[in-house]
Amino acid sequence: MSFVTPEIAWAPLAPVIIVLGAAAIGILIESFVRTPATRRIVLLTLSVVSLVAAAAVAAVQWATLDGAGTIVLDGMMTVDRQALAWQIVILVFGALGALLFAARTRAGEEAFTPLGSVAPGTAEETLARRKGFQVTEVFPLALFAVGGMMLFTSVTDLIFLFVALEVFSLPLYILVALARRRRFLSHEGALKYFLLGAFSSALFLFGAALLYGATGDTNFVRVSEGIATVTGLDPLILSGAVLVMSGLLFKLGAVPFHSWTPDAYQGAPTPVTAFMAAATKAAATAALLRVSYEALHGLAWELSWLIWTVAILSMLLGTVVALVQTELKRMLAYSSIAHAGFILVALAGFPADALSALPFYLLSYGLATLGAFAVITQVRERGEDGTVLGEATRLGQWAGLGHRSPWLAGAMALFLLSFAGIPLTAGFVGKFVAFSAAMSEGAWPLVLVAVIASAAAAFFYVRLIVLMFLTDVPEGQEDAVEVDHSPLARAVVAITVIGVVLLGIVPGPVLSLFENAGVLLLGAAG
Amino acid sequence: MDPINFVILAAILFAIGAAAVLLRRNAIVAFMGVELMLNASNLALVAFSRIHGEIDGQVMAFFVMVVAAAEVVVGLAIIIAVFRARQTISLDEPAELKG
Repeated sequence: MSFVTPEIAWAPLAPVIIVLGAAAIGILIESFVRTPATRRIVLLTLSVVSLVAAAAVAAVQWATLDGAGTIVLDGMMTVDRQALAWQIVILVFGALGALLFAARTRAGEEAFTPLGSVAPGTAEETLARRKGFQVTEVFPLALFAVGGMMLFTSVTDLIFLFVALEVFSLPLYILVALARRRRFLSHEGALKYFLLGAFSSALFLFGAALLYGATGDTNFVRVSEGIATVTGLDPLILSGAVLVMSGLLFKLGAVPFHSWTPDAYQGAPTPVTAFMAAATKAAATAALLRVSYEALHGLAWELSWLIWTVAILSMLLGTVVALVQTELKRMLAYSSIAHAGFILVALAGFPADALSALPFYLLSYGLATLGAFAVITQVRERGEDGTVLGEATRLGQWAGLGHRSPWLAGAMALFLLSFAGIPLTAGFVGKFVAFSAAMSEGAWPLVLVAVIASAAAAFFYVRLIVLMFLTDVPEGQEDAVEVDHSPLARAVVAITVIGVVLLGIVPGPVLSLFENAGVLLLGAAG
Repeated sequence: MDPINFVILAAILFAIGAAAVLLRRNAIVAFMGVELMLNASNLALVAFSRIHGEIDGQVMAFFVMVVAAAEVVVGLAIIIAVFRARQTISLDEPAELKG
């Protein structure tokens, strides 16, 4: 038996290769550079440089793309404008996330534990802290996650999609477990995230196996051809499609697959929460779009029931439960569940417009999320003896923040208004294009629910703004909260503020770019 | 024997695995449930591969095995970290995250 060496077009893979290569080099640096402080700087530089370089290469590819795109690896992957748009969005989130990972408090404290393997509160932990250990592996791990997400957006084969899913999920499970403070919470969040994440990828895999059985292939295009032609295997096709969709909805964090979201968001170190909230949602949305438009388009009618139900449940549950939260990170987690519902609204009925609306929506949502969590890293509790402790995440502790630090509170207010979708912020434009995509397929009842949910959600966003600006610092609590100043975190806040304002006031250029990207190389729609 | 029987067996194993994840309160047992689900998928892939008379599905099963091995590494690391911190791996015990 002779094997034919496959022809691989390396050039279109360049952005992914840069990121994954830099991650591998990062692991080498981990073993060769011995001082933690130097290692941290080297790895931060490596991460940011490689992510920016990959984004630049992707942008060049976009500009010089030949026709609609390229099929790579014998149909395993397509690099079209849609894929490149998502890759650039994820790279931006990755670069901002890397900056946040490196941010330190004024006292020089990182967000990550000095040694992940030791138990909290033991002598070993104190020793590791005193020796100045640092878990600098977080940078290569984040790079692996970004590389996996980039693959996730452009892969066109169900099994390869499963591999990409795990490549980006496994580093995230570890990152969630590495918080410096409240390590019990962090462990618990990681355990729940891991078990439910592994469960969801197993669902996805079994669905892929069933689709393979029914259609004889795992390539998206041939699966969709199989769905159109094969008769008599409907239960196999339908259950396979529902399982595959469930696996992807899990990563999106939509009800009823949402239960990991609040725990993982609250337990994870805040920089990880920021990165994961922004980038995972973007990657999951991209894969959901590609799978629905290229592979499962023939089942649009059958799947619309699933999407409608999940979208309505997500919007309602996310909004209602966020209303009663008193913990800030948890509140933003439930708000992210509601946003997952809004994303699905745009997807209902598989309108062609969603291909250009959703990248914009996710870009605006991700920037605001990264910014909001960056602000959270800056507001710290202070102990009895004046030492600065962990982040102040109880809502009450944010009372009067506008008096302590008007700029920081103003930035947070902007992000919250963007989440709520108030005009002149990026969130408004994002919601507008997403909902008009849904309207183009006549999904007006869904849009109605979405608008009502947005209005209700505005209540808890505005409540926090009122708390920050119109409430005084409680008596005797003047010293309980301290506003930290970390240049890197402040830089992330500044960049995201500029992004949110620009996308809100002059969305035209970016919108038309993404409109360009609303074409899939393969598939029935678009 | 008709290879479709193996697909039915795979579906049964998958259901047992899913039930273990959702019902059992021990993290290790829940994790074994996940592994059972992944291996049920492998069995289904190989059986379908036999039905279609090609080897694609068998090659995919190898990919799944590698990914499952990587997942075990990460999963056990997290479970051991939790065990060291709490001396228990019950999923009911850690209950600091609520609401």
